[in-house]
Amino acid sequence: MTDRDCLAIQIEGLRFAYPDGQVALRDISLCVGPGEHVAIVGPNGAGKSTLMLHLNGILTGQQGVVRVGDVEVTAANLRLVRARVGIVFQNPDDQLFSPTVFDDVAYGPIYMGLSEPEVRERVSLALRQVDMESYAPRTSHHLSLGEKKRISVATVLAMDPQVLILDEPSAGLDPRARRKLIVLLQQLRQTMLVSTHDLRLVQELCSRTVVLDQGGIVADGLTSVLLADEQLLRAHGLEPI
Amino acid sequence: MFALDRMGNEAMGWATRQVGGAAVASGPPAMHIPDGFLSTGVSLVLWAVAVLAIGVALAQVNRELDERKVPLMGVMAAAIFAGQMLNFSVTGGTSGHLLGSAIATALLGPWGAIVVMTCVVGTQAILFQDGGLLALGANLVNMAVIGVAVAYAVFVVSRRLAGRGRFGLMLSGLVAGWTSILVSALACALQLALSGTSPANLAIPAMGGIHALIGIGEGIITAAALGLVYTARRDVLERAEDTASVRGLVVGGLALAVLLAVLSPLASTHPDGLEWVAEEQGFLGAALDAPFRLITDYVFPGIADEKTATVVAGIVGIAVVMLAGWLAGGARRRRESGRSA
Amino acid sequence: MHSSPFDLYHTGISPVHGLDARVKLVLALAFVLCVSLTPVGAWPVYLLLLAVTLSAAELAELGLGLVLRRSLLALPFALAALPLLVTLPGPTFASLRIGRFLISISGPGMERFVSIVFRSWLSVQMAILLTATTPLPDLLVAFGALRLPRLLVAILALMWRYLAVLIDEALRMMRARDARSGCVEGRGGGSLRWRASVTGAMAGSLFLRGFERSERIHSAMLSRGYDGTIRSLSRQPPDSRSWRLMVLGLAVLAGLLLLGYRLG
Repeated sequence: MTDRDCLAIQIEGLRFAYPDGQVALRDISLCVGPGEHVAIVGPNGAGKSTLMLHLNGILTGQQGVVRVGDVEVTAANLRLVRARVGIVFQNPDDQLFSPTVFDDVAYGPIYMGLSEPEVRERVSLALRQVDMESYAPRTSHHLSLGEKKRISVATVLAMDPQVLILDEPSAGLDPRARRKLIVLLQQLRQTMLVSTHDLRLVQELCSRTVVLDQGGIVADGLTSVLLADEQLLRAHGLEPI
Repeated sequence: MFALDRMGNEAMGWATRQVGGAAVASGPPAMHIPDGFLSTGVSLVLWAVAVLAIGVALAQVNRELDERKVPLMGVMAAAIFAGQMLNFSVTGGTSGHLLGSAIATALLGPWGAIVVMTCVVGTQAILFQDGGLLALGANLVNMAVIGVAVAYAVFVVSRRLAGRGRFGLMLSGLVAGWTSILVSALACALQLALSGTSPANLAIPAMGGIHALIGIGEGIITAAALGLVYTARRDVLERAEDTASVRGLVVGGLALAVLLAVLSPLASTHPDGLEWVAEEQGFLGAALDAPFRLITDYVFPGIADEKTATVVAGIVGIAVVMLAGWLAGGARRRRESGRSA
Repeated sequence: MHSSPFDLYHTGISPVHGLDARVKLVLALAFVLCVSLTPVGAWPVYLLLLAVTLSAAELAELGLGLVLRRSLLALPFALAALPLLVTLPGPTFASLRIGRFLISISGPGMERFVSIVFRSWLSVQMAILLTATTPLPDLLVAFGALRLPRLLVAILALMWRYLAVLIDEALRMMRARDARSGCVEGRGGGSLRWRASVTGAMAGSLFLRGFERSERIHSAMLSRGYDGTIRSLSRQPPDSRSWRLMVLGLAVLAGLLLLGYRLG
């Protein structure tokens, strides 16, 4: 981790405060290399979700620079950035807003301006990746949380992003659904940022961990080292495994 | 014109039954006219009015609201539909419910509210058969267009008089909710009378009377809901007020309210005028040589005095409606207690 | 908990289920219009129209019980037409003596009242058939094909997606309220005004949650490239068999209507 590889994501001096004056991010700098799987851990309100929303320009920082690959996240580049960065939100009911599973997975490709055959191709490929091919015509309401989560992943995979951002991917899943999801995520080769409280998932999925607290990065290093540091974890509202 | 609770259907599952039941058992949705009760002429004219008004609202929404409008209005339509299920017991098994025109107006501005109420009323008709398809035009005019326009006009005027604070807001919500229910109900009664389905001198006092009561529930719920929103997220209300400053709609809404409030009692005491209209607009049937019959002046043959007959008819009408409501509530109670047992 | 409006749809593979949703929507609307235009007292036509709905229900394997039971829901509204029994002039059909009053039901009044109720019942049956055999996403496509504004279809699509989610939320709230609505013996549960304002506060928080959810959905849409325009894939036009069925259906309805005027 000594030579900072910034080819996938580069964040420099990012600062963000909400309209009510509350500072959510203070001077964040972070580099992520291609294919790296990075966990972002920290207590509630540490700024994890806010940071994630900056990576594809849903929020834009008052100060600092965010780069995805060679593209800087600015208002002019939003379309490009959003095609490169896929966010899987915590609650699949927010992510799956279309009448059918097919429509949801097709949503991103349609807005990327792909042709109809390309869209259909992308959808079937993405559903195959998450092992949910037969679900295309179904409505998402009746599906289990684990199924909805996997389809949520497919909705961004269909856009063929370079960077995947997952917000609390394992929250609320029963052990079996959680296992299936971890196996799925382990197979993906995209650069990945995972915001989570699930340290066992971090251990299995991410080689590197960043600890965020009160809007700032307090630690950044190998998962095996950081998760062994009980004092650090306790100081930032985390429970050692 | 209280609706009995919807007949349950085991296969639909408990909760869906709740959905249908709540939508129908609620007071205001008693305004959902099924097919068959309006003449084809009245239905089609009201469809045309609905299409026109909703078209204007959609164009306005397209112009004024930001790109958030689709998720915002979609979810708010679902929220209002779900909000209509929240009930509180009034007495003897009847319960108060929300219709939602006034709260939608306060939260989304008049144009957004018309669009959202269109989705709510349309969904009730299409998915839950709560109100007919041919009669949908009339139901849209009553609840989505008149209900919102009147609520908006009353809300704006009342806000100006009662002040900008929390109390003024809640008071305005109360008055707007009550008026929108009453005027919508009067419009509904008028349409039934125009169609030759219910005599004006019976339908108007009965609908007006019962909904003057139901409107109180609507008003209190609207006020309390607005009070909560004001405390938690004042920005939501401010945004709605920013988008909405439509003087024409205020004037139009007030005019509608006054017109219906004046016209209806007039029509119910002088049914001859309405009869004439009913006869005239029965052109479709008449042209096709269908028998179209007039409303007579006397409600109860056997009571010679016209005034007495009207009063008796009104009392009997209200009594019948109350009885139906009470029976409906009883059926619901029994079912609910059966379920919890 | 699955309190879903999607339960209105009854899965099946019948010819009725298989019919193109656009054709089904047009035929259902035409049926309702036809019923409304059929003159009062054209009983044979009413029976033929009933035969149409019942045989469609049978063909769709819905079970007559389901359609008949659900179709009773418009019945209470018959109250609105009840006065017709005594207000229409004509020969007396029956008379009731209640105390000092003699209420005489006229023949034309009876005919008109029964016609209204029967036609209403027929229309409801058709609406039930439509929703029971057509999945909601297909119905949305049909709306689009009938030139409903795209904005309205997009809003309806979102509404239907979140209907069940928000209904669950409302039911959970009511359950939480009921769970705390203990009652001390001999004491009422607060004043009416208080009960109404508790319900109002629940409605208010339901709307706020809806509001916040719409903001999260908006983020999810944005992150997948939403730019304020409404886009969707084009759909295949109905095949020739669907077209033929639609024309045939419309012709049958027109024929029934003509017959109605002959008889009426």
